[in-house]
Amino acid sequence: MRVNVEVNGKQRTADDVWEGESLLYVLRERLGLPGAKNACEQGECGSCTVYLDGVPVCSCLVAAGQTEGRSVRTVEGLADGDKLDPVQAAFVAEGAVQCGFCTPGLIVAAHDLIARTPNPSDAEIREALAGNLCRCTGYEKIMDAVRTAAAAAGGGQ
Amino acid sequence: MDFLRPTTLAEALRAKADNPDAVPIAGGTDVMVELNFDKRRPKALLDLNQVPELATWTEDDETLVLGASVPYATIIRRFADIAPGLAMASRTVGSPQIRNRGTVGGNLGSASPAGDAHPALLAVNATVDLASVRGSRSVGIHEFFTGPKRSVLEPDELIVAVRVPVATGPQQFAKVGTRNAMVIAVCSFGVALHPKTGSVGTGIGSAGPTPLRAEDAQLYLAAELEGRWNDPKPLPDNVLREFGQLVGAAASPIDDVRGTADYRRHALSVLARRTLAWAWQDYSSGRWAA
Ligand SMILES: Cc1cc2nc3c(=O)[nH]c(=O)nc-3n(C[C@H](O)[C@H](O)[C@H](O)COP(=O)(O)OP(=O)(O)OC[C@H]3O[C@@H](n4cnc5c(N)ncnc54)[C@H](O)[C@@H]3O)c2cc1C
Ligand code: FES
Ligand code: FES
Repeated sequence: MRVNVEVNGKQRTADDVWEGESLLYVLRERLGLPGAKNACEQGECGSCTVYLDGVPVCSCLVAAGQTEGRSVRTVEGLADGDKLDPVQAAFVAEGAVQCGFCTPGLIVAAHDLIARTPNPSDAEIREALAGNLCRCTGYEKIMDAVRTAAAAAGGGQ
Repeated sequence: MDFLRPTTLAEALRAKADNPDAVPIAGGTDVMVELNFDKRRPKALLDLNQVPELATWTEDDETLVLGASVPYATIIRRFADIAPGLAMASRTVGSPQIRNRGTVGGNLGSASPAGDAHPALLAVNATVDLASVRGSRSVGIHEFFTGPKRSVLEPDELIVAVRVPVATGPQQFAKVGTRNAMVIAVCSFGVALHPKTGSVGTGIGSAGPTPLRAEDAQLYLAAELEGRWNDPKPLPDNVLREFGQLVGAAASPIDDVRGTADYRRHALSVLARRTLAWAWQDYSSGRWAA
C-alpha cells in the first residue's frame, strides 16, 4: 500500500508498504531516515522514539498505515540546518554518547521533556527517560546532558 | 493483508462485521509486538486511530465514560481526581512512550491477566460498552474476562468505552515488579473504598487465569469499617492483616518466570495491607466526607 505522511515538515510518500509494517521500518528503509534506531522492535528500548503528531512514541509499535495524513518528527528534524538543537549540542558537550545507538531516541525523549517541563528535576528527568535504555554510558553523562540542555533552553532561572 | 481505515464508529463496526478476522489496532503496543515477531499474521488490520468516537470521553457527577482509545497519558493527566485508581494503574504502565500510545481498550482487548487497568476497573465495578452492527451491550467488568487472554468480545464486536463510576472515596493501586518502569506485573492489586454505600471494591491482577475480585476480603472489610466511617482512626493491625490474608487467599496464581505462586500470594497480601492503610489514611484526612 501507499502511505502519505509528513516527515520533518515535508510531505513524503512511501510505496509498496506491507500492511503490517512499522513506522520505524518505513522511516529507515523506505524514506532514508536511519536516525531512529531498530534495537528491540518491542517497545522496550526507546531507541526508535520519534514524535507522532507532537507526542513521543516508539516508532516500532506504530503501524505505518496509522500515520497516513499525520505528522512525524524524527531526530533528523530537530537541528536547524547545521545548527544542532540545544539537546543535541548538550549530548555532544557532555560526552553523553558512546556507541550512539540509544542517542537518537534519548534526544527525542529529552527534547520533549524540556519542551513540556523547562526546568526538570532529576526525578522528572529519570521518569521521562525511563523508556530509553543505554548499554554504555551508565546514564550519568546523559543526566548531565539533559540538565545542560534544560539550562541552555532557558530553564533554571 | 488489508489495512482498513474507518473514520467513524459506524464504519468501524461495519468493517468488523464484514471482516471478523480483522485485528483492531489502537495504540499498537500489543499488536505490533506480535506482528514484528511474526507471532501473528492477520488477514487485516483495522486501524482505530481515525475513529473520533473512541478517542473522546464524557463525564458527569456519577460516571466517566472513557473512549476505548484514550491513551494512558491522557488518563493520568485528566482523570486523577475522578478515577484515581485507574490513573495510578496507568502511571505504572510501561514507559512514557508506551503510555502515550497504549489504551484501556487495548488492555481489555488483550485481556491479559497482568493488564494493569483491570484491577483498578474491578475495584470500582466499571462497565465495558461493546458494540457491533447488531447493536450495543454493556458488560460488567467482572464478567468481561473468560480466561487467559480471553473475553466475552465477539468477533464482530468492538470495545467502545469503559464506564468508570466517579470516585466517592479513596482508591489505591500497587504492583510488584523488578523495577519501576517497563514491568509486567508479578502481581498487582487495586482497592476502592465507597463510604457512601459502606462497601469495598478490590481487583487482583496477574495471580489467576483472569483478573479477579477478592470477594471475601471485600465483605470482611466492609463489615469491619461499619461504624468506623464517621470516626476514622487508624485501622488496627489485625484488620489490615486479615484483609491481606483474605486477598492472598482469593488469588489462584501459578508458578512462572516472573514469580512463584507462593510468592505471589504472599506479595498480594502485603500489597493489600499497604494499599488499604494508604486508602484509609487518605479517608481519615476528611477529603472524602460523605
Ligand atoms: C514495552 C511495553 C511495556 C508494557 N507495559 C505494560 C504494563 O506495564 N502494564 C500493562 O498492562 N500493559 C503493558 N504493556 C502492554 C500494552 O501496552 C497494554 O496492554 C496496552 O493497554 C495495549 O493498548 P493498545 O492500545 O496499544 O493496544 P493494541 O496493541 O492496539 O491492541 C491490543 C489488543 O486489543 C484489541 N483492541 C484494541 N482496541 C480495541 C477495541 N476498541 N475493540 C476491540 N478490540 C480492541 C486489539 O485487536 C488487540 O488484540 C506493555 C507493552 C509494551 C510494548
Ligand atoms: S526498537 Fe522500538 S523500542 Fe526498541
Ligand atoms: S551509548 Fe551505547 S547504548 Fe547508549
